Amino acid sequence: MGLDITWAVDWVRRSADVIAEHRVELIRLDRDIGDGDHGENLDRGFTAVVPKLDDLAAGSTPGDVLKLVAMTLISTVGGAAGPLYGTAYLKAAAAAGSESSLDGEAVARILAAARDGIVARGKAESGDKTMIDAWTPAVDAAAAAAASGADATAVLAAAADAAEAGAVATEPLVARKGRASYLGERSVGHRDPGAQSTALLLRAAADAASESTGA
Amino acid sequence: MPEVGDSSRVGLVFVSHSSKIAEGLVDLAAQMAPTVALVAAGGTDDGRIGTSFDRVTAAIVEADSGAGAVVLCDLGSAILTTETALDFLDDEQRARVVIADAPLVEGGVAAAVAAEAGDALDAVVAAARSANATSGDGGGPDAAGGPGDAGAPASAAQPEAAATTATTGGYSRRETITNHDGLHARPAAEFVKLASTFGQRVTVNGIDARSLLAIMSLGLTKGASVEIASEDPEGVAAVDALADLVQSGFGEH
Repeated sequence: MGLDITWAVDWVRRSADVIAEHRVELIRLDRDIGDGDHGENLDRGFTAVVPKLDDLAAGSTPGDVLKLVAMTLISTVGGAAGPLYGTAYLKAAAAAGSESSLDGEAVARILAAARDGIVARGKAESGDKTMIDAWTPAVDAAAAAAASGADATAVLAAAADAAEAGAVATEPLVARKGRASYLGERSVGHRDPGAQSTALLLRAAADAASESTGA
Repeated sequence: MPEVGDSSRVGLVFVSHSSKIAEGLVDLAAQMAPTVALVAAGGTDDGRIGTSFDRVTAAIVEADSGAGAVVLCDLGSAILTTETALDFLDDEQRARVVIADAPLVEGGVAAAVAAEAGDALDAVVAAARSANATSGDGGGPDAAGGPGDAGAPASAAQPEAAATTATTGGYSRRETITNHDGLHARPAAEFVKLASTFGQRVTVNGIDARSLLAIMSLGLTKGASVEIASEDPEGVAAVDALADLVQSGFGEH
């Protein structure tokens, strides 16, 4: 069973909730190795998206929702997360196209497009201790699940599991991108806040999917 | 006198996490580039530390009046925000907006002076990038000069006996810096602007007379001796004009 507009809207609401709930934790992670604004900025961005959901035209698609998130994050999030997540949602929206229902393969393709957008924008590679270290395992797990015939809900669950593991695995890494790279070896032992927020957002996507499909 | 934002001039956008840094840099650069569109895009929409997609987009549109715009950025996410803003411009405008990989302050000032001199987009970008060479170790005169600036040690090594020398295919004059604070930013910019009005290549102690940062990096103080030279047979008027400007003390006696 595919994921439709109801899932997309629910994902955004859940994203806003989970980011608000983990705002302080993300701020703390970012303060350890960055400038401390990640939780604040993402919370502002997602909080700004929620009221706009009510203005979506009838017949809107998941792609329309992703685009709405992209534009709102780009214009309201003042830190690096704005352009990075904004680009991710924008590329995801393009990959979703005008389809009204997304199956497992479509979800895997959308996640890959989002990750590719972040790489193109931020030029980070795996192992640089960035959100890519959560995204790439998620994309790989989603592709493997979709290839084995999993439905959209199972694909998102696999992606969320892999993103969480990826976020934890950033802890021993030395940061090579972003503000944390100024700390060099001192960044070791801290989890990357962008990888952590990625894990939270993908878990919200998976939760919204299992809710909407009753899985 | 051209208006500020003259459409024949390249405009500049300064993107900083801090509105004070961006606005301060506009003030600084405006001293040397009064007719260039210099636009600050600092801080977030609600005045916090950060960068704003909307502010950067609006600044680019304001700075580019047809001749293009060069954007200088501070820390990482300023570049990410600017790149995102460029993605949303129409193709025609995007083609004439360039993010210069250069230090914000030094690159910004050098770019402003080049834009004021009427340089085209690629030359303004090159001027900004010339700041990369002056900020590191081992940045000798050649390194400081930037692209197209294969320093001319030959002229610096010419005999000093006469104040005016006309050697084979070359002409030079030696002057002493007389203004109190030496060749600091404002007179250096005035010098570079005058040099830019001539087509011939002129050097100052072997350094390209059109490279603001290279000239400032010479650290010429009051009493310093400068040799202004051109190997171009047509360069006599340029050398004389520049030497006269130095002799005048830039109005700072």
